[in-house]
Amino acid sequence: MASLDITLSNGLRDVRLELTLEVGSETVALVGPSGAGKSSILRAIAGLLRPDEGCIALDGTPWLDTASGVDVPPENRSVGLVFQEYALFPHLSVRANVAFGATNPSLVDEILERLRIGGLAGERPGRLSGGERQRVALARAIAREPAVLLLDEPLSALDAHTRDAVRGELRELLASLRLPTILVTHDFEDAASLADRVGVMVEGRLLQIGTASALVAAPADPFVARFTGATLLHGIAQPGRDGLTRVVLDVGGVAFTTDVGVGRVAVAVHPWEVAVSRTAPEDATVNHIEAPIDSLVTIGNRVRIRVGPLAGEITAGSAERLGLREGDTVVASFKATAARLIHLA
Amino acid sequence: MRRIFPLILFLATFTTLAFLVVPVAAIFLRIPPGDLFTALGSDVALDALIVTVETTVVAQALIIFFGTPTAYLLATRTFPGRSLAITLVELPLVLPPAVAGIGLLATFGRLGLLGSSLSALGVEVAFTKIAVVLAVMFVAGPFYIRTGVAAFGEVDSTLTDAARTLGAGPARTFGRVALPLALSGLTAGAALSFARGIGEFGATIMFAGSLQGVTQTLSLAVYEQFDVDFDTALAIGAGLVVVSAAVLLTVKMIPSWRRSTSLFPTVSATSASS
Repeated sequence: MASLDITLSNGLRDVRLELTLEVGSETVALVGPSGAGKSSILRAIAGLLRPDEGCIALDGTPWLDTASGVDVPPENRSVGLVFQEYALFPHLSVRANVAFGATNPSLVDEILERLRIGGLAGERPGRLSGGERQRVALARAIAREPAVLLLDEPLSALDAHTRDAVRGELRELLASLRLPTILVTHDFEDAASLADRVGVMVEGRLLQIGTASALVAAPADPFVARFTGATLLHGIAQPGRDGLTRVVLDVGGVAFTTDVGVGRVAVAVHPWEVAVSRTAPEDATVNHIEAPIDSLVTIGNRVRIRVGPLAGEITAGSAERLGLREGDTVVASFKATAARLIHLA
Repeated sequence: MRRIFPLILFLATFTTLAFLVVPVAAIFLRIPPGDLFTALGSDVALDALIVTVETTVVAQALIIFFGTPTAYLLATRTFPGRSLAITLVELPLVLPPAVAGIGLLATFGRLGLLGSSLSALGVEVAFTKIAVVLAVMFVAGPFYIRTGVAAFGEVDSTLTDAARTLGAGPARTFGRVALPLALSGLTAGAALSFARGIGEFGATIMFAGSLQGVTQTLSLAVYEQFDVDFDTALAIGAGLVVVSAAVLLTVKMIPSWRRSTSLFPTVSATSASS
């Protein structure tokens, strides 16, 4: 099994990058806000950026070892890097772009067909749509038969409609390639749908890495929780009745959670765990927050609703049935089992 | 009041254009076109044409040979002294040609810095065709390099980065990506350098002299002939006008999407990383 080992430390313009990562034949997504140093990691692996200190090795063969002075030039690292804006050569045809780094010229046509751009072989990149460019960039990277695939924001240059289609194609492609792949994105949804493991990065540091569902189920950090889409309710935790933890919220009221904790905490609640009703329901939920609706945003067949400090997501049908309007006072409820506790320093 | 301002603009523009166009037109209007062709066939004119072609071909080839890598390095690498190096390249652009001539004499002349050693080896530079070539390279080369630095600077560094990650070493990246993308800018630079070289006068007359059939170029022949045979001077002048106009048209016809609109683009700051 191919494996890429990375240990990096680099003082960038404003963030200090610190990272240790081992990637097998899997897709690892690095997510985080822009400026977190994600792209710099890809550049360092590709050899386009030399970190102050660090080791990068593929299956034990060093590409970079600052301690012993090893620094393999980019052209000798077996890397397929797909740039954020795709960086297609504007003066070359699609075919010539893909053939540029091809290890085996006879493979080019096969790859063009595989990515369904065979019909565009003679076109210049300037004439292609965003989705087509993305496929050409992928084809060009794959034609190199790289040992490692690096994708820098592969979907961010696409419009919302193309994005969904391309995401599905990309997932299939990554699954069939089975290469160590590092994907950088600022979108947790992209990361969750494309990657086996997701690492959340802030200011050059890896806060937490795990499967997307593990990050959702047990965020180690308020930032990770927020990044997975949760809203945070800050408060003080202490043991409560029935073995639950009772959190006195800063905004007023209390919340109960099955997680255990004492002291300064944040309660993370994901929108899909939040139910909205006109009056407090008589069901299994123990947490009820009564507040006016701050905003109602319809996204396709779903409605994003902000009730006081909480964000909820309900179906457009439910919103209609309840006749919800901004300013209406409603009750947002969630179960104690759906409330994750994060300890704050 | 509202009427006066457009009128001023119009009059100023008209005067400017007339002032710039009339002297050029006068060259063609002074004598009949037939006489111009006859005068162009004179020994002086033909000798000057041959000298000009020989020296220009060699000078421009050397400018491109040395200037292209120089421009690429200055455009793509950041190193201490880079700004100084670019300023040094620009210096000949603002230097009075007579100063260039005296400088070249002080370097390659018989008693010059390098000239004395060359003399000892039996190589005489001053007042030979080599001197014409050197003078042209000195005054015209910077036009090519300066435009070349801008042209290479405009090549997106992600494209050259992409070439490297696709297995191309620095040389192949230069040849297959940077050079083709900078080619139209380099062509514009070469055209400017060519035009400046053809018109070179001051440095050449000081450093190479004006010996018919040896160092007398077309520009020098215009000067030599104007009190001997004014018609020949006019004829050579007319020929130079045609060549210059052709160069200008060449530059204008280079697709604008690949070229900065200015003939003298400023050197864009290189981004070592993006």
